[in-house]
Amino acid sequence: MRWLFNLSFRHKIPLWTSFLISFSIFVVGAALMARAYEDMKNAVVISAGNLGHTLANTVAPTLLHDDVWRAFEIVRSPIRGESAQTPVEVDAVVVLAPDHKVFVSSDPDTLPMLAAAAALGADWKLLSTQLGPGTKWPLVLEPEGSSYLYVALPITDNDAQLGHLVLRYAKSVFHPWFIDTLWQGLGLGLLVLAVLIPINWYWGGRMAAPLVDLAQRMGMMPETVPQPLPADLYPYDDELGQLFHAYDRMVLALRDKAALENEMVKSERLAAIGQLTAGIAHEINNPLAGLITVVDTLKLRRDLDPRALRSLELIDRGLMQIRDTVAALLVQTRVQARPLNQHDLEDIHTLIQPQVGKRRIQLEWSAAMPVELPAPASLVRQILINLLLNAVQAAAEGGHVSLWLGRKEDSEAWLSIVVRNDGTLLGDEQLAHLFEPFASTRPGGHGLGLWVTYQIVTQLGGRIAARNIDGQVEFVVNLPLGETSCSTASA
Amino acid sequence: MPTDNRIALPNRNRRRWLIGSGCLAATGLIGLSRKSWATDGKIRVGMTPAFLHDQHSLLHDWRAFMSASLQRPVEFVQRDSYRETMDLLRLEKLDFAWICDYPYLHLKQEVRLLAVPLYQRRPYYRSYLIVRKENDQVKSMADLAGSVFAYADPYSNTGYLAPRYEIRQLGRNPANFFRKTFFTYSHRKVVEAVASGLAQGGAVDSYIRDTLVHVEPALALRTRVVWRSPEYGFPPFVSHRSVSTADFQLMQRHLLDTPKTEAGRRLLARLHLDGFTAGSQALYEPVVRMMRAFGEA
Repeated sequence: MRWLFNLSFRHKIPLWTSFLISFSIFVVGAALMARAYEDMKNAVVISAGNLGHTLANTVAPTLLHDDVWRAFEIVRSPIRGESAQTPVEVDAVVVLAPDHKVFVSSDPDTLPMLAAAAALGADWKLLSTQLGPGTKWPLVLEPEGSSYLYVALPITDNDAQLGHLVLRYAKSVFHPWFIDTLWQGLGLGLLVLAVLIPINWYWGGRMAAPLVDLAQRMGMMPETVPQPLPADLYPYDDELGQLFHAYDRMVLALRDKAALENEMVKSERLAAIGQLTAGIAHEINNPLAGLITVVDTLKLRRDLDPRALRSLELIDRGLMQIRDTVAALLVQTRVQARPLNQHDLEDIHTLIQPQVGKRRIQLEWSAAMPVELPAPASLVRQILINLLLNAVQAAAEGGHVSLWLGRKEDSEAWLSIVVRNDGTLLGDEQLAHLFEPFASTRPGGHGLGLWVTYQIVTQLGGRIAARNIDGQVEFVVNLPLGETSCSTASA
Repeated sequence: MPTDNRIALPNRNRRRWLIGSGCLAATGLIGLSRKSWATDGKIRVGMTPAFLHDQHSLLHDWRAFMSASLQRPVEFVQRDSYRETMDLLRLEKLDFAWICDYPYLHLKQEVRLLAVPLYQRRPYYRSYLIVRKENDQVKSMADLAGSVFAYADPYSNTGYLAPRYEIRQLGRNPANFFRKTFFTYSHRKVVEAVASGLAQGGAVDSYIRDTLVHVEPALALRTRVVWRSPEYGFPPFVSHRSVSTADFQLMQRHLLDTPKTEAGRRLLARLHLDGFTAGSQALYEPVVRMMRAFGEA
């Protein structure tokens, strides 16, 4: 039974309402049927009473004159055929003499003349015992287990009691009529059901659909934050509507929270990496400076044989490489603050041309640049070169790279740089670790370009983000304007 | 009317019945003044259950035929019992009548024999004792002792006198031979009473029963003839003695000439008769003998 209650509302609402509709129709139908049966019986009794009075009056003189044939003609007159066709049609008429013997009957074969009523069967025996003085006329008798209904009346002439008239009705005729009525009722009921059930299924389904949808979405939590409900799913303001609104608000809040957490985790990780790399860089830089000085000093000596000199130069180049790498890890933004001007942009355009030309990239250059912007020129230049060269490398051969530079939403406070390329889109894993050092996305890259860019942007108090949009990879950098002297990198 | 097995009537009812009869007699006396057909020339013919008198279209055609032949207006007066027709004859409310042989003998003082129909070319018929077709127990009248029996009319020969005479011949008293008897006042209804099972046996006119076999086989063939009486003179047409000789002869000639015309033959065919003969008193001697046996003649 429990499974019934565990059913989805999608089925439960229509099932329950269908059940209730059917039950109501059944109960109302049954009540009407019972009423119809009673009415039919009453109609039979009333009709029998009328017929009985007429027959009793007409047959009285024949009893007085012992005119059997006339009496026979009278009692046979209401009998139409071999057997009754309608419930109000009498099945047999019997005139009983005062001694309760059959004076005449409409059916002499089964109810012969002069037969004692008590000898005609249980029904008649019972009937003859009830034909006494004190009986309320007409007497309606429905013997238990009998297939007949009897209505009896006295036959009187003035005060003299001449006998009794008994009308017999076959209940077997009731049943087909009743069953006819039953079928009609049933047909009507089914018709009503045929109309109501589909409406009910539609309404129930409509009612249940948003709930089912809501339940599914709620079921996804907390592993994932589900989508908000479609706006047209349930555009009403009843309790369901309010519930859905509340859900939508909750989902939006959860999404914001999740995005924020994600961002925080990423920033913290990058900050930790930054600290770690800075620490390592310092630890390397101190002995490195000594080593470089020693090597320089050694190289100045004249007595070195050529083999030792080659080794020294080898060491020198290795140390220089270490210094460059460490310098790249240890981003230093402590530079002279010269405002960015148009020449800087032109320089950058010129600088990346060889790469653009080599890969036959279509470059779209859109720099809404006033003569000067209060932003540290050298750092912005580095950011631009990094991002543009990255984009050119990432774009397909003969692909497309675009730059947009300007004030963010026409704000005085922010400079916005947007670089796009139509190369391979970034995966989720790549996006998560994009700005970490040595997280190169292409063969041959050392993976420090974006790390450096990130360090510069964050040290300038700006933000950098990457995403896939319209089939392109987009990097957006927002830098605060106003101060040309930036905070220094943690060194 | 027989008095066997009657329900005893309370005295009050009997008194009422006697008063009713008195009134009827008084009405008769007033009507007895003088017959009136001489004034309007209308001929009044009484029709009785001696034949299938409830075939209304046949009666209508017969009356028209008679009226055209006699060139006089003719009125058919139908009554359901012989008794009523006999009363009308006595009161001179009728000029002619087709009655049973038994009433004819009762009214011998008031009426004259006019013509006797020819049935199967002879002026004779019989009484049939009939039972239900399925009833194969009964072979003769003796087997019906203690049963319910339907008589046609207390003034019918074949429907009352003849069966009672047969019972008498068996050495039994017709008054208590049957458990119960009743009159249907029509031979056709005797057939109906037996066919429906109301009565176990009945006595009918052979002419009517045989005619019914043609006219209404569904009813007639639900009965079976178990005994045939000797032949009796066919129910005659009679005229009241007050009818003038001229009219008597006019009517007699009309009847005897019926088979001579095409219309007459068609009519006779519908009546299942062949014609008419003048007949004679001698035809009815056997009935007189039976009546004597019951002390009636």
